[in-house]
Amino acid sequence: MSFGVGRFEMDELRLVVGAMVILSGATALLVVMPYLLLKDQPPTPGLKPYTELQAQGRQVYIANGCVYCHSQQPRDIALGPDALRGWGRAPVAGDYAYDTPHLLGTMRTGPDLFNIGARQPSRDWHLGHLYQPRAYTPGSIMPSYPFLFETRPGAARPGETVLSLPPAWAKPGQVVVARPEALALVDYLIGLDHAYPALQPLPVATSAAAPAKKAGV
Amino acid sequence: MDFTVSILLATFIISVLALFVFIASMAKGLFGSGGAAATQIFDADELGRVEDPAATQAQRGDLQRAMDENKPALAPAARDAEQIATRLRADQSSSLVVGVCLTLAVAWLVLASLAGLISSIKLHAPDWWVGFEWLTFGRIRPIHLNLVGYGWCSMAGIGVALWLIPRLLKTELVGARWALLGGALWTLGVATGTVAIATGHSDGLEWLEYPWQADIPMVIGGALVGFPMWLTLLQRKVEHLYVSVWYIAAGLLWFPILFLIANWPGLHFGVQQATMNWWFGHNVLGLWFTPLGLAASYYFIPKVIGKPIHSYNLSLLGFWSLAFFYSQVGGHHLIGGPVPSWLITISIVQSMMMVVPVFAVAINQHLTVLGNFRALLYSPTLRFIVLGAMLYTAASVQGSLEALRSVNAVTHFTHYTVAHAHLGLYGFFSMVMFGAIYFIMPRVMKWEWPFPWLISLHFWLVLVGFAIYFIGLSIGGWFQGLAMLDKDTPFMQSVALTLPYLQARSIGGGLMTLGHLVFAAHFFMMGWKFGPKRLGAALLAPPLPAVPLALARTPARSAA
Repeated sequence: MSFGVGRFEMDELRLVVGAMVILSGATALLVVMPYLLLKDQPPTPGLKPYTELQAQGRQVYIANGCVYCHSQQPRDIALGPDALRGWGRAPVAGDYAYDTPHLLGTMRTGPDLFNIGARQPSRDWHLGHLYQPRAYTPGSIMPSYPFLFETRPGAARPGETVLSLPPAWAKPGQVVVARPEALALVDYLIGLDHAYPALQPLPVATSAAAPAKKAGV
Repeated sequence: MDFTVSILLATFIISVLALFVFIASMAKGLFGSGGAAATQIFDADELGRVEDPAATQAQRGDLQRAMDENKPALAPAARDAEQIATRLRADQSSSLVVGVCLTLAVAWLVLASLAGLISSIKLHAPDWWVGFEWLTFGRIRPIHLNLVGYGWCSMAGIGVALWLIPRLLKTELVGARWALLGGALWTLGVATGTVAIATGHSDGLEWLEYPWQADIPMVIGGALVGFPMWLTLLQRKVEHLYVSVWYIAAGLLWFPILFLIANWPGLHFGVQQATMNWWFGHNVLGLWFTPLGLAASYYFIPKVIGKPIHSYNLSLLGFWSLAFFYSQVGGHHLIGGPVPSWLITISIVQSMMMVVPVFAVAINQHLTVLGNFRALLYSPTLRFIVLGAMLYTAASVQGSLEALRSVNAVTHFTHYTVAHAHLGLYGFFSMVMFGAIYFIMPRVMKWEWPFPWLISLHFWLVLVGFAIYFIGLSIGGWFQGLAMLDKDTPFMQSVALTLPYLQARSIGGGLMTLGHLVFAAHFFMMGWKFGPKRLGAALLAPPLPAVPLALARTPARSAA
């Protein structure tokens, strides 16, 4: 039974053209438009580029998949109490000017880390916490990362960073020293500090004019 | 804000208008027909005759009787040696490449399941197996995801699609060697990419972890596996293209483009990369796995019960609305994030519009099976595929709801989302693939499944395992989200309360893995032609002509 062959019947040409048009539309909307809108976005004033060590630490963060449990995007206070937990203000696109690949994350098995450096600036804490999270946060389900450290009997060599673990977790007669990856990672984490304001204060004239203009409309 | 509201309204109005124009144009004298295209997948002797190579002789008899009791009007034509020979040639033309793809798929499935189970256990036993870098949660979890997505699901989907193409176009598969080459490159890409993640060379984006060195063979391989389809389309012997062909063709076309754009080195940056990430992350589900899964369910459901799909027009509506709405929903992964709000708004609207294609498919497939649900008792293939089709509806409706801001505020950043992802890719896609593989492999190997009870064991293990997994993790994730939204609840509380649910997930995941081991063992037993020889009516096997077929069929039919 023919029911409008030529009008609605699917053939190869319609299929390919239709499929491509729809995909192009979606790509224009979700990829190209953001590209054009954001490509000239300057870094938010106050945001510092990563140092070389921090950039290395970011690679350690990526390599070990920290992003699968930690987001780096506090939500606006209207959506959740993130700011009240000390995770910081809602970020703007300019805060991520140096973040390629992006590490926004989709899970909070652990807390948001966008401002972990402001919240917990202690290098010793971070090193010990990476070595054994439960020594610092009881009940934590974060994996321990013994492979970022070296545990050996005797004393540390000069220049090495020795962990000062809580007594219950220390290993008598052995030292735990941080490998370079651990040091870089901690440097990156401490550098995660976006506590500067997202918006520049408006010039006086504009801020005075704004309410008047609104009232006029 | 005004801009966002106008975007919201505009998107909504355009979407609804487009929909009405479409429905109206179909309704203009077109509803209720489309029989020719819908019956395209049947030869004259197949309509009204059940088919399930995975069923035992007894099950097939019961299946046929169950269908006959319900609708005895469809009297199938007598077996025709010529048509059988055509089908046999179609199957033979694809058997090598399909066999290779499905074998790889099953191997990836086993590895992926083990990686998933290890990840799951690590979440409640964080000091277990921490000495090896490659086994740390942050590596084994993306290994699991990529092996499932690009190993198991993609290979299974490609294998099933390549088997369907000659059947759907009633000719032989042309250029199977291109697909073999493509499959080999794809496998090389998956293996390279997995090793890259294990050794800490991930790109760092979810769904796009593989570095570009692994992406190149996958883009080329993905394009090559489509070649035989285009070549075979040029030789097609059918007048109408069946629904499954549209889905397969579009999927094979979409994937390499998506994957290429998403992985282009140095192109994406910062927040733009995040929108691109979820444009890809959702399209790989909506424009790659979903089309392949729907293609299979649109073929096998009617095929097994010997009855055409309910409405051809509804499937047409389902196809175009899926393509249009699904391709724009990715932004809902970034609700509350630092991305333009118009983008998120569009994605939320289109996520809600997704109920259109979902119900189009659901109604169509449900009405096809309606009144014949007893067939599920007798057909192992149908049991998996109908379950998968139902979970497709469930996953999609759940997904639409999760895109609402109020729901998303709770579920975002929680295990609830993980459970949802498994409802789609496991509950729907993997279940459909299991059913399809049970149907296809006897045709490929010319050998029946040696131990039918293993099929049942597989089914019940994964069904029970997945129920525990999904229900447990959804509840745990929801509570986790509520705890995070309460400013007076310490964050650690949201971690502690999930523990029992995470443990339940490991139990469920363990049962699923066990089910997969049973499936894989059975698969390889069949591959080595192990077990009692049961060559019979299930097979369109030589020797031709199909005398045994006709003989075996006749008593059952006359009894009915």
